Amino acid sequence: MAAQSSYCTFRVGPLYLGVEVHRVQEVIRAQRMTRIPGASDVVRGLMNLRGQIVTALDLRRRLNLATQESTDKLMNVVIRTSDGPVSLLVNEIGDVLVVDNDQFEPPPETLQGIPRELICGSFKLDGRLLLVLNLDSAMKLAS
Amino acid sequence: MLDEIVKEFLVESYENLDQLDRDLMALEETPDDRSRLSSIFRTIHTIKGTSGFLAFPTLEHVTHVGENLLVKLRDGELRLTADITSGLLSMVDAVRAILGHIEAVGTEGDASYEQLISVLDDLRNGKTPARPELKANQPTEIPVEEVVKALESTSSSGNGGETSSGKKPGKKSTGAKTPKKVTAKDKSAAAKVKEPADAVAASSDNSSPNEQREEADEEPKVTRAVVSSNNRNSNESGQGESTGGNASVSDSSVRIDVHLLDKLMNLVGELVLARNQILQFSQGTDDAGMTAASQRLNLITTELQEGVMKTRMQPIRNAWSKLPRVVRDLSISCGKQVQVQMEGAETELDKTILEAIKDPLTHIVRNSVDHGIEPPHVRASAGKPVEGTLWLRAYHEGGQVIIEISDDGGGINVDRVRNKAVEKGLVTLDQATSMSDREATQLILLPGFSTAEKVTNVSGRGVGMDVVKTNVEKIGGTLDIHSSMGQGTTLRIKIPLTLAIVPALVVTCSGDRYCIPQVSLLELVRLEAERARRDIELMHSVPVYRLRGQLLPLVYLDEELNLRPRRTHDERRAADIVNMVVLQAEDRQFGLVVDQINDTQEIVVKPLGQHIKGITVYAGSTIMGDGTVSLILDVMGIAQQAHVLSEHAGRQFLDGNAGKNEQSRIGDSWLIVDPKDGTRAAIQLSTVSRLEEIRLDAIEKTGRSQVVQYRGQIMPLVSISEFGQVEPDESGSISLVVYNNGQRNVGVVVGRIVDIVNQSDEGVGQQSEETRIIAGRVTRIVDLDILARNA
Repeated sequence: MAAQSSYCTFRVGPLYLGVEVHRVQEVIRAQRMTRIPGASDVVRGLMNLRGQIVTALDLRRRLNLATQESTDKLMNVVIRTSDGPVSLLVNEIGDVLVVDNDQFEPPPETLQGIPRELICGSFKLDGRLLLVLNLDSAMKLAS
Repeated sequence: MLDEIVKEFLVESYENLDQLDRDLMALEETPDDRSRLSSIFRTIHTIKGTSGFLAFPTLEHVTHVGENLLVKLRDGELRLTADITSGLLSMVDAVRAILGHIEAVGTEGDASYEQLISVLDDLRNGKTPARPELKANQPTEIPVEEVVKALESTSSSGNGGETSSGKKPGKKSTGAKTPKKVTAKDKSAAAKVKEPADAVAASSDNSSPNEQREEADEEPKVTRAVVSSNNRNSNESGQGESTGGNASVSDSSVRIDVHLLDKLMNLVGELVLARNQILQFSQGTDDAGMTAASQRLNLITTELQEGVMKTRMQPIRNAWSKLPRVVRDLSISCGKQVQVQMEGAETELDKTILEAIKDPLTHIVRNSVDHGIEPPHVRASAGKPVEGTLWLRAYHEGGQVIIEISDDGGGINVDRVRNKAVEKGLVTLDQATSMSDREATQLILLPGFSTAEKVTNVSGRGVGMDVVKTNVEKIGGTLDIHSSMGQGTTLRIKIPLTLAIVPALVVTCSGDRYCIPQVSLLELVRLEAERARRDIELMHSVPVYRLRGQLLPLVYLDEELNLRPRRTHDERRAADIVNMVVLQAEDRQFGLVVDQINDTQEIVVKPLGQHIKGITVYAGSTIMGDGTVSLILDVMGIAQQAHVLSEHAGRQFLDGNAGKNEQSRIGDSWLIVDPKDGTRAAIQLSTVSRLEEIRLDAIEKTGRSQVVQYRGQIMPLVSISEFGQVEPDESGSISLVVYNNGQRNVGVVVGRIVDIVNQSDEGVGQQSEETRIIAGRVTRIVDLDILARNA
């Protein structure tokens, strides 16, 4: 029996992504955002999470994906960080999947640029690939 | 009631005694530790001295004998033995007992310490006293009746368990009734009562009074209650009503973990937010009960907030206390003589702020001693006292704390600073020469300025001053330098009283609400309809507003936040309503134009996350009454971004944006006018006090000269034109440049105002005193002062 890991999965544009479930504090529906003029366009704004102010990052912009879908109904995947929680905005929330670690494979060399920095690799699931998001790089913005 | 002075003596002595216990313990390990011996000696000596002064003869006597013993130890005539330690510890206990008595009833009591004294004397003379004597001696010392009486008087008000309840009854082993009752009634008290008895019996290990004190502190209520009820029973009342709120002096303060305070502060912050929300809801209802309750909540929250804030306040002395030492060490190593003077050491500051300014303060003080104050021979030849003085001043001003560090040293050599800044490529020669001295002084705060050591040596200051500035700004403060050559330098730090909860003005801009901390707020101006169109004027491309005669530069918030492109001239004038928040940034003022001014609110400042920390226009964020998040504007940041502050120009030069800043430096700005006689004339903008337009028919005559009525005065007119004519333009109005020579206003008729250009001396072609080439045309330079003399 191979070792297994749990991943919280979500959809961002056409990508099916996952992050290790223990990094996720919670998943909540769209919140009221306060925009931050002057901030990077990846930073969508600030929201009030039960009295705590949380910065929301737009993963689609972070991943350089075309943003054609409506931006209103983005879900929040709230990630724990040492600097307080940070929310990642995604299009749709999937299940928490338990995957076999031996199904993991690092990305091919042909994956270049920003996606290469942000995607550690993928789990080969039946019929599709679950891309593993490198949370720390995803939440680090060039200043 | 105890005198303040006695109270102070008690608190101080208790602290010293605790230290003494520890010192004596440690001394047993290392009996030859002279410094520790000296410290013990000093402590006892202090108590002796003070008790003599306060007329406590018994205490004085006991400590005197102890002191004699200690002298021998200190001088090495005696070596510390376990017996001597015990003797000294007994003395400490005796002192503590007397102090307890003083605290309780105000007198020393009539207990005799003859035996202890003789034991100490014996020890001093090298004899070994019989141990039992010591033991027997010890317990009889405290007359329980006295204590009981004292307790009677104070018990109702919460006397601490320390001095009276646990220890003394315990020591009283000669048959007092009271303590026995205590033991019978209360277990915890019983435990305490037992322990000291054992401790005294053991005699050589007297650390227990200390422990026991702590224990007693833990549950003073229980013990006290029992003791007092006993007292009542024994009908020994007499001085019952004498004291009210006289809690044991040393118990009236408690040490609290700062983290706990931080947590409390956070909770209060949350409560303030919740209160704001409830207030907002209650405004929407007609329910009188709800309104009343929320008002009450409002009041209580405010009081609670103030109370918790107070717990975090500490006198600035705490940050200053180590500075004299720093100065002393440094001045010795530099071969200088420096004295430190402090004023306002009681000024209170939030703990976090206090911590944050400690290092910058040390840095500034070091700089002052190292570079500011001259060596004695230089001072002597400059006619100053050989000993330099460093002043530390702190005071409150307008909700802020001002800390000044000044010295009477050599001051900052501004020209050298200029040269060095140019040398280091921080500013161009051009910029350096056109800078005022004040601006040049601020150059030492630039990051690049500090790195080269040579700069420091010649300029007088600058090691890491940028770090100091950054640290001060981090806590919302500002740093300002004033220096005059040969006279000295003053650094002024302005910091907010507290960081966590601040009153703020809420404004709306492009549909979002922003908070502006009220410390920077001066006033609000609202222009409507015609005035909005008329009163916003342009100085070249820069919008300004005349606020009581002063030109106030205007900054449009939405433009600064890049929410919309810069307004064109027409757009600015098309506004129906202009809401302006007049703000203070350092010593400059500017008007921040916003869409709407909402109200003021207490807001809880929450720090910005890592992704937005770098944006200088925000100071933090907060949660509003309706639960949405709002950004808190950083007035300094906005002022800098909008180039309101010209010293920031220095920073901008580093980025190579020199061109942008020229408007802000008025020194070489020229007002170009067309005198309508085919020539061009230029007036140095800094000499212009106002620009006015008047109707031709406003001009009146007195004798041969033309005048207008201007602000209730008669203002003579002169013309810039060589032909002396005053001609209106097409619309029938006349442009005036108002010049004030310090006594009166003179109106200079200039024909038409063309432009304001920035041009420094460099790059100007052939030039003389009177003409220059400005903006490609030969231009006559007009000196308003000369013109005005002819008026």
